[in-house]
Amino acid sequence: MGFNSADISAFKDIWVFCEQREGVMMNTTLELISEGRKLADERGAKLVGLLLGDNVEGLARDLGGYGADKVIVCDHPLLKNYTTDAYAKVVCDTVMAEKPEVVLLGASNIGRDLAPRCAARLHTGLCADCTHLDIDVPKYQQFLREASTLDVDGQKWDLEDRNLKMTRPAFGGHLMATIICPRFRPAMATVRPGVMKKAPFDQAKADACEVVKAPVSLDDGDLKAKVLEIVKETKKQVDLIGAEIVVSVGRGISKDVEGGIKLARELADALGNAVVGGSRAVIDSGWLPPDHQVGQTGKTVHPKIYFALGISGAIQHKAGMQDSELIVAVNKDERAPMFDIADYGLVGDLFKIVPLMIEAVKQAKAE
Amino acid sequence: MRIYVCVKQVPDTSGKVAVNPDGTLNRASMATIINPDDLSAMEQALRIKDATGCQVTAVTMGPPPAEGMLRELIAMGADDAVLISAREFGGSDTFATSQIIAAGISKLGISKEDIIFCGRQAIDGDTAQVGPQIAEKLDVPQVTYAADIKKDGDKLTVKRMLEDGYMTIEVQTPCLITCIKDRDLKPRYMTLGGIMECYAKPMTVLDYNALKDEPLIEPDTIGLKGSPTNIFKSFTPPQKGQGVMLSGTDKEMVEDLTGRLKNKHLI
Repeated sequence: MGFNSADISAFKDIWVFCEQREGVMMNTTLELISEGRKLADERGAKLVGLLLGDNVEGLARDLGGYGADKVIVCDHPLLKNYTTDAYAKVVCDTVMAEKPEVVLLGASNIGRDLAPRCAARLHTGLCADCTHLDIDVPKYQQFLREASTLDVDGQKWDLEDRNLKMTRPAFGGHLMATIICPRFRPAMATVRPGVMKKAPFDQAKADACEVVKAPVSLDDGDLKAKVLEIVKETKKQVDLIGAEIVVSVGRGISKDVEGGIKLARELADALGNAVVGGSRAVIDSGWLPPDHQVGQTGKTVHPKIYFALGISGAIQHKAGMQDSELIVAVNKDERAPMFDIADYGLVGDLFKIVPLMIEAVKQAKAE
Repeated sequence: MRIYVCVKQVPDTSGKVAVNPDGTLNRASMATIINPDDLSAMEQALRIKDATGCQVTAVTMGPPPAEGMLRELIAMGADDAVLISAREFGGSDTFATSQIIAAGISKLGISKEDIIFCGRQAIDGDTAQVGPQIAEKLDVPQVTYAADIKKDGDKLTVKRMLEDGYMTIEVQTPCLITCIKDRDLKPRYMTLGGIMECYAKPMTVLDYNALKDEPLIEPDTIGLKGSPTNIFKSFTPPQKGQGVMLSGTDKEMVEDLTGRLKNKHLI
């Protein structure tokens, strides 16, 4: 069919897979469109949204308001609910026809299902759960000067390099790595929800956005898996991303798990507009449900205050909270890496310190 | 009917991690474990075996010492194991890895009712890519983030988790399922009998020569050379270092803290 992922000069434009569920655009999509705009400007390319669904054309133009030059709409009754088979086929068919240079997807439970399947079919590279993207070398160098201990100016650089540089925590979050896909196109990345900043909506840009419908070739025989039902959990999800204050606990509560979580909840209640989070160790041990997890494998938060109680501070966890406006760390190990990024560090036993905090906060609020 | 369970031996990243001066992970100094999500996959497979008496085969790609992990999985209840191991396979990214594992499974054969189980993701890479990519190479449907699986003939009904709920998906076999940890899915322990017998059960080693004639194996699709992605840089973040360590008794530190937060109008 004339598609060759190694013919890299044939590819252009930056694409964002625009994930909607039941006709509602995911917030991550808007973050990706906003970030994709910057990359398209660096590359001198168009930013194109790829929107799949059933009767979703009405969602297209608004994507322009966040930075898309153009939206390709693939409308089909079999695209109503997400299925790997239908979505992978339509995404790959469209990519093969239009040859984008970069394809970005949100690292949601759906994006992480779809992206690897497509990358394998297209014979190209995919980087999962990125937290930072660059194309321009000088911009990437500036990022490294701020975000790494590397001797950026002592290294040799190819300033003409136009590969997408996809940065993510690696090795369980103990290191950062920048991945490239130099020999194939499109370069594909899934991007963590909550990391990229959403641009302000611009009605004039939305009005100017070009919307085109792409042909969809799909029939029942393409679907080997069927969605029987979709159930929303009635349990209210913890809104970690939207919380003004997050009180998180880590392995430090292990000597009295229930007591430690109770203290975190009481502190959150005393502060108001606060929610309880946990590190990977806490979630993996089943001490808190998965929707409480902050970190590379959990959620990325930037609250006004982040309390890290008994959290040592692996990069894995820091990746999810280091952009908090203010960080308070309590840990009995004064060498805990969390203290390196904390604005205020308290060395001591959280089981003694947190009750005092709860009292002090209550008192401060009462004054 | 046969179930393949793909597993990975990973460094235990939950404990202290050693980093070499050049910024790479000092794997030699770290203990290895069976990737936790893969144990969920094994438990799902063994539950189907309990109900149907099917064959369960543990599959891994890795260096020769990974055989020890495979023996543990046999002691848990797997019937046999496959170790895919060759120098030529080293340096593979997810694309190349899935190519090789798919070739291995393909060589062993997939029948109408067979299932391939994987863990959702491995704790050393956290990519969640190899499972779906094996499914694509084998041209079988996939269901990821599976919490609960029921089998009825050549159909599976799978509870597939979303961020705010779940989907119930019906999928035809052969298919590939990636499994998450779940409260109701505690991996079983090795049995005493299993441990006694684990070295008597069959272990197939697939090296480069065993797989080189498989259509999926080409010099430019495996190993470092066949990997579309490369590491461009790896680095550690700098220390922020502008923070204040509070001092005094617990009470003095807490008063100091609340005073500062109050001054900033944060509480």
